[in-house]
Amino acid sequence: MKYRKISWLLFKRQLLDWMSVILSLFAILFGLFWLFWILWTTLSLGISGLSLDLFTEMTPPPNSETGGLANAIMGSLMMVGLATLLGTPIGIFSGIYLAEFGRRNMLGEIVRFINDILLSAPSIIIGLFIYEIYVTRRGHFSGWAGVLALTLIVIPVVVRTTENMLRLVPTSLREAAYALGAPNWHMILNVSLRASFAGVITGVMLAVARISGETAPLLFTALSNQYWSLNLDEPLASLPVVIFKFAMSPFADWSRLAWAGVFLIVLTVLLLNILARLILQRKTS
Amino acid sequence: MSANIVLSRKVNKYRAIWADFLFFQICRAFALLTLIALFGILFSLIWGALPAMKQFGVSFLWSAEWNPPQERFGALIPIYGTLITSAIALLIALPVSFGIAFFITELAPVWMKKTLGIAIELLAGVPSIVYGMWGLLVFVPIFSEYAQPWLSETLGILPIIGEFFSGPPIGVGILAAGIVLAIMIIPFIASVMRDVFEVTPSILKESSYALGATRWEVVWNIVLPYTRVGVVGGIMLGLGRALGETMAVTFLIGNINSFQGFSLFLPCNSIASALANEFAEATSDLYTSSLIELGLVLFLITFLVLSASKLLLLRLSKSGGEQA
Repeated sequence: MKYRKISWLLFKRQLLDWMSVILSLFAILFGLFWLFWILWTTLSLGISGLSLDLFTEMTPPPNSETGGLANAIMGSLMMVGLATLLGTPIGIFSGIYLAEFGRRNMLGEIVRFINDILLSAPSIIIGLFIYEIYVTRRGHFSGWAGVLALTLIVIPVVVRTTENMLRLVPTSLREAAYALGAPNWHMILNVSLRASFAGVITGVMLAVARISGETAPLLFTALSNQYWSLNLDEPLASLPVVIFKFAMSPFADWSRLAWAGVFLIVLTVLLLNILARLILQRKTS
Repeated sequence: MSANIVLSRKVNKYRAIWADFLFFQICRAFALLTLIALFGILFSLIWGALPAMKQFGVSFLWSAEWNPPQERFGALIPIYGTLITSAIALLIALPVSFGIAFFITELAPVWMKKTLGIAIELLAGVPSIVYGMWGLLVFVPIFSEYAQPWLSETLGILPIIGEFFSGPPIGVGILAAGIVLAIMIIPFIASVMRDVFEVTPSILKESSYALGATRWEVVWNIVLPYTRVGVVGGIMLGLGRALGETMAVTFLIGNINSFQGFSLFLPCNSIASALANEFAEATSDLYTSSLIELGLVLFLITFLVLSASKLLLLRLSKSGGEQA
């Protein structure tokens, strides 16, 4: 009698356990299912849209047979490149402040907190901000406004990784440098930062991956441009904004180009992410 | 000779001190830039929203009228759309992310742990425009063809709940936006949950395994209570992402600025997608200003949610540090 009761209890517990295991298996399959579906669509529809024209022809008017994304690709490259160039040093220096000077003081705590919030703040708000302080002053949309918006997104990513990486540098390394008489700035730049160089580069790559797909902050800063342009002082096309416009349209040739553009972005983002991980792994092992 | 060396050493020392001071100031100035950015965003939004605030007052927040030709603006519909899509997303994403984190930390063999972890982080890196475009062009046709009729036949006939699943199966709408948003935030929440679950000291888990607890009992009675604060923090982080998400929602919500009914099949609008669609085309100053006030509302909501998330995660890492 008693034995039976215990075995019934055990059975109930084990049943619950197995049910949880099966449900969690479903959860992981559910997650992977969407991942593969999305990647499969991008791959199959994207590759069929790939051609040399994509990189040489301009964005076409609707219902034309030819056309590519050359101006959008160039605009994206320019804005992402400049934003990275501007944002990286700022991010690295703030990261150095947080890791080397501000570990326990008030300013360090506050900056760390605010930085983490800016890291996940809605990117469309960044676009609004740049519109308010730059676009309205200049009176027109421009590539520079887009660069500024993307810079504001790069900075928090670089700050976070730089600080994390600098914190991994062992104290003994710092003390050794001090013992040799190195001044603080010399120690930080030539010992701490150099020891965590691979990690910092990883952060920059993740930041590039993040901004190369950002659409919302460019919508009302850089706007878009139908023609080839290298002038950052006028509206500039970018890959994400062109995709947004083309994907929402009913024209088949536009949506074909949009899929090709999405494929290029996903490829870039995934490659950058994987490369960043590989660098970090080689560094830590 | 020796006096010279002493002098040059002194000069070097002063130079080093001066260089150190300069370096410190440069670093601090750039760190301060983060603070300036936050307050700059806040003030510029308030400044831009002032005309709309003067015109509509506080009632802007609960007025449901959004009428550009007549210059009457209220935020209720976009706020409702933002909150309801995020709520749906969270409702779906929460159990799934918990299951994924449970699987990765407790069940998966070591090699699988790493691969799955990387897959989730890669999924989190995919830009949201990809989710939006996939959602509109691939998901919605299938959703309206098969899932929506099925939902209205099964859930739609229930009393009260049926209200939410009635109406024409047009695909684009609140439910579709919520589902795609859920797919998008699952990786964020799952990866935070996984990190948080790993904080649990293995001695606690091993002790309860040794006492004969099952895997489920360990997670439910040991890991979850230990990491409760961090789990809530991770959920809030996902919520913050969902609230401010622009592209995934803009493609799918239908962008209609009037209240159609409580059904989740109906199109609506969210704050971020109203901004994305209308801002560049807003003609009058009051229109622009109202949109900026919408942005301000969104910024304040996400700021609160993200701050709460950050504080909770910090509390976990502190208590975890003390007990470990």
